[in-house]
Amino acid sequence: MAEPVLELSDIVKSFGALRATDHVSLDLKPGEIHALIGPNGAGKSTLIHQICGTLRQDSGTIRLAGKDIGHLGVAERSRLGLGRTFQVSSLTPDFSALRNVMLAVQAQQGSSFRFFKPVMRDASLIDRSMAMLERVGLQDRARIPAAELSHGERRQLEIAIALALSSKAFLLDEPMAGMGPEGSKALTGFLHSLRQEAPILLVEHDMDAVFALADRISVLVYGRVIATGTVEEIRRDPAVRTAYLGDHA
Amino acid sequence: MLNRETLVNLILAALLLAVPLMANAFGQPFYVTLATRVAILALAATGLNLALGLGGLVSFGHAAFFGIGGYAAGILATHAFSGDPLLLGLSGTNQMPLIWLVAMLVAGLVGLLIGLISLRTSGVYFIMITLAFAQMVYYFAISWPAYGGEDGLSILVRNQFPGANTMKPVSFFLICYAVLIVALGLFVLIRGSRFGSALQAARQNEVRVATVGIAPYRIRLTAFAISAALTGLAGALFADLNRFVSPSMLSWHMSGELIVLIILGGTGRLFGPLAGAALFVIFEYVLGGLTERWQFFLGLILLGTVLFARGGLLGLLAGKARHG
Ligand SMILES: Nc1ncnc2c1ncn2[C@@H]1O[C@H](COP(=O)(O)OP(=O)(O)OP(=O)(O)O)[C@@H](O)[C@H]1O
Ligand SMILES: [Mg+2]
Repeated sequence: MAEPVLELSDIVKSFGALRATDHVSLDLKPGEIHALIGPNGAGKSTLIHQICGTLRQDSGTIRLAGKDIGHLGVAERSRLGLGRTFQVSSLTPDFSALRNVMLAVQAQQGSSFRFFKPVMRDASLIDRSMAMLERVGLQDRARIPAAELSHGERRQLEIAIALALSSKAFLLDEPMAGMGPEGSKALTGFLHSLRQEAPILLVEHDMDAVFALADRISVLVYGRVIATGTVEEIRRDPAVRTAYLGDHA
Repeated sequence: MLNRETLVNLILAALLLAVPLMANAFGQPFYVTLATRVAILALAATGLNLALGLGGLVSFGHAAFFGIGGYAAGILATHAFSGDPLLLGLSGTNQMPLIWLVAMLVAGLVGLLIGLISLRTSGVYFIMITLAFAQMVYYFAISWPAYGGEDGLSILVRNQFPGANTMKPVSFFLICYAVLIVALGLFVLIRGSRFGSALQAARQNEVRVATVGIAPYRIRLTAFAISAALTGLAGALFADLNRFVSPSMLSWHMSGELIVLIILGGTGRLFGPLAGAALFVIFEYVLGGLTERWQFFLGLILLGTVLFARGGLLGLLAGKARHG
């Protein structure tokens, strides 16, 4: 069996009395889409935050390609190959869509300690960034400030940024939210092909998308993984039906 | 292709050059000195604009760098005059280029040290900790009798610049003006560079910058040190303008003044500091001639700017800033 790209073991995180992550272990294997589902407030975003380093776990280990990254800062983890999108878009609002991606490309190329060459005349930055925007279908919006993009376009822009990082693993926190049925469908198709580039840990409430895409699903309730399995296994699981799926299954 | 902001900038730059040249032609050296003051304050604020405008780092301690630059000039000049060695057998100097280099190095280094600690905080804490460091430098200068303590330090003869008679007001103005233009050029380069992109992005959204793999702290620290060095350079020129350095250059009023200049002119705008410095010096001169309480009216104008013209003078003249 292939080595997991990302491996969480026994992660615990409390906010005061609230245990938001309760001994979570899960992994992400090469080429797979692993969906993480669960009711609102289950701790899905909190888990993504801990993987990326925007929150620090109380205990447990996080490995990326075998390397323990649980103590590293956000920027270091990103450089090691974690590409994420946020549940609530997190962009540089004054910069155009293009410049948002260019920031990722410059980070990926290595140094940001270059003081003189204008980025807007740097073909190596612009060409690659435009290519990423094209992949998500935003090429016509390249010059629009991120703050003026629609909700759905911002989600696409976040994905373009994650793509630019040549990540080893993608962590996508509700990429379909607010996309509309057309957008969700297009994105589902896109994510289906994206898994060839790197495996995806997908947090999503859109069950049609999850069932269409996921190789495995983990169900998180009150911070605990109550089940992990294939789409069929999860659909049949009685505990999951009561806790979350209800009539979706 | 000339956009509106570029046009406004060119006009401002031309005005700052034309007014003192004309004043000089009409035998009015006082106005030349006023214009020199504008150029130097604009330079100091351009330094701060790098940290505050581009990086969003509201330093309330830039007087420390301004004063350190001033003292660098004063101390080097004093030793050059007396012939006493300064330290490690090195002597002083009255050559401006060398003085500027020392002023920038020392201010930049102190900026690095202050930034190293301050930049671990943000928001109000950052404002307070930069203020606290600047006050430490201020009290150090006051209690250090070797260089005048509270009374300050006079520079008997203005320092020299190769090929110019710096005692002529217009010559000294032209030197300051040229330095300002070079600094503005540097600002343009940095703003448009990879480093500048990361710095501006960190102002807008720190988490985003870290998420693409750039550690905001190092970017900000570097910006803070460059910012300090530029403000230190302005301090050295200011000392030569007044031929006097005193702890007042280091006081928190000075830090506040630099922030006010930037807000009046337009935060983060290339010519914001120049516009702000010109407004400030004109207010100081015109209102100061009418009433002792001119700072009260300056306060009103500042309030008006913050409430009704967030972009400052540049915002009014050239519209909203664009980021490409
Ligand atoms: N910084 C924080 N401080 C305190 N409590 C927090 C913090 N962040 C999240 N929580 C709490 O932790 C729990 C898990 O939140 P989280 O955002 O991870 O849920 P989620 O599964 O992503 O929910 P949703 O589906 O609504 O996005 C919630 O009860 C939330 O209120
Ligand atoms: Mg969430």
